[in-house]
Amino acid sequence: MTSSPTPQAPPRPAGRRAPKLDERLAGYKGVWVFVEYERGQVHPVSWELLGEGRKLADTLKVDLAAVVLGPPDPAIRASCDQAIQYGADLCYLACDPVLKDYRNAPYTAVLTELVNRYLPEILLLGATTLGRDLAGSVATTLKTGLTADCTGLAIDAENRGLAATRPTFGGSLLCTIVTLNYRPQMATIRPRVMAMPTASPDRTGRVIEHPLALVEDSVVTKILEFVPDNHSAEANLPFADIIVSGGRGMKRQENFRLIHDLARVLGAEVGASRPAVQAGWAGVDRQVGQSGKTVRPRLYIAAGISGAVQHRVGMDKSDVIIAINEDANAPIFDFAHYGIVGNAMTILPALTQAFTEHLRTLKRAC
Amino acid sequence: MHIVVCIKQVPDSAQIRVHPVTNTIMRQGVPAIVNPYDLYALEEALRLKDRYRGRITALCMGPPQAEAALRKALAFGADEAILLTDRAFAGADTLATSYALSAAIRQIHQGLPVDLVFAGKQTIDGDTAQVGPGIATRLDMQLLTYVSKIVSLDLAAREVVVHRRSEGGVQVLKTSLPALITVLEGINEMRFASLTDMFRAERHRLTTWNKDDAHIEDATKIGLKGSPTAVSKVFAPTATNRRAEIIETQSGQPVDLAATLVAKLFSQRPEVALAMKPSSTHDSRGSA
Repeated sequence: MTSSPTPQAPPRPAGRRAPKLDERLAGYKGVWVFVEYERGQVHPVSWELLGEGRKLADTLKVDLAAVVLGPPDPAIRASCDQAIQYGADLCYLACDPVLKDYRNAPYTAVLTELVNRYLPEILLLGATTLGRDLAGSVATTLKTGLTADCTGLAIDAENRGLAATRPTFGGSLLCTIVTLNYRPQMATIRPRVMAMPTASPDRTGRVIEHPLALVEDSVVTKILEFVPDNHSAEANLPFADIIVSGGRGMKRQENFRLIHDLARVLGAEVGASRPAVQAGWAGVDRQVGQSGKTVRPRLYIAAGISGAVQHRVGMDKSDVIIAINEDANAPIFDFAHYGIVGNAMTILPALTQAFTEHLRTLKRAC
Repeated sequence: MHIVVCIKQVPDSAQIRVHPVTNTIMRQGVPAIVNPYDLYALEEALRLKDRYRGRITALCMGPPQAEAALRKALAFGADEAILLTDRAFAGADTLATSYALSAAIRQIHQGLPVDLVFAGKQTIDGDTAQVGPGIATRLDMQLLTYVSKIVSLDLAAREVVVHRRSEGGVQVLKTSLPALITVLEGINEMRFASLTDMFRAERHRLTTWNKDDAHIEDATKIGLKGSPTAVSKVFAPTATNRRAEIIETQSGQPVDLAATLVAKLFSQRPEVALAMKPSSTHDSRGSA
């Protein structure tokens, strides 16, 4: 149950910009990326955000800082160094045994404390289950603006404010959202929306340790157990190299078998558009798009998918897109690289056959 | 036991169309529905009521026509329904929305203490997933998001144990009441409304609250005024300067089209072939 800058909002004058910033807010400086450290590992979205944060910081001519929260173990120190290699100028590190696993209350308290102490103007978090949970609480505590699931970030040249773009109206249009007289400007961005930067091993930067003295007894929520996933599509789809997706144009559940056949030959994951998932032809964890997963594979094959904005924003960063659709005017042909106008039910088996033969030839050649 | 379930009326986003010329939303004929994620929250609350008895209050902020969403909640078995509606709420972003809703929940709590607040994991129109965390933070309740299972509820000890979806696994969490829970899709299957409840829903007198009824004194914290964010523009995605190369062959037969496409792909984009090699030792991730 949420409302964002909502569809119901009365129209604002076109091209509205944030007014001149209050003096009390001028002290907020720098771009921060919250680094999602859990069980000895950093979620790749944090590195993607450092790559994007670097661009914002360069435009603003300010520092890019990584913020790392977690238990005091050796791996967390290495994460600070990694953050610097991925583009951070400095790293704020706050360690305490209470922060061993993510829990809303202590993480909110510590991140809020850091923001109030060091005053960043922009704070970015991954739109993961952790990042969304934390961002909502931190923004509410700080009483500032938060834009969720952004697909693009830019700096307004005139007022140095963050212009965050995200799909709206269920993914039919895009909107750009600005934060008025409030700081920091917060945004969450999904995994795979931003490109993974290249780490530079010779980059150096400061690590600023922020001392904490948390008390476990004062944390109400307790973790009884953590049950790790066995590798599901939930985890794999955003990082898959090849994806074969089916949409409404597949017409019937049985026809989805053709998607699976092609996926098997290519060693690909199976994806689906929202209508296909709603029809029950594929599981929710297979959904690609604004209300599903964002992906950026080497190759994306879309069969019977028209290419509505809702789907497009989840996959248009794929290296190569092949579209198969009966309608030559379908929007997907406006951003795919290769297209076949035709019936997916006859094209898919032919494609499976052609790939099988071609790969066989390649193998022989090796 | 008293549970408040937050629901929102949303346009059925699957049916929204954009005008091809003006790039504006064509609202006519788009049906308003209860946010599908909120129905999972309602059903989960109803299941707890089936087991432990108690009362369920459905709460909805929106325009007067959002009454339909509350009638639906009543038909499924909610005991009470409150529509929070006031022109002053219009244009609220997530921060202003959570302020108004938390004020209303505080007011509901005055009448009958609230043990749990339920919400869907997000809406299908805003997709932000921020209002739940916002309400919990404002009411100083324990927050449990993305809950996939309620394992146990001990009303005497005032404790709840849940499964929470997190990155790479499931957290089993125990916390104290009052708590706010946002539930994941698929946690349950919605019941059918009983005939008795459907009749009751029709006759039920809804409670309608404006900002004064919800004891909202500070009007600068609601609606447009209370929103730190503003929409600066709405636009259709820019056209890319590419148009797909449409594969055509003389015969137009699927077999020929497929063969031509595959040959083209391998000659023009050979790097894609690397990703296909089943026995490839290349880790093609992360080098973008």
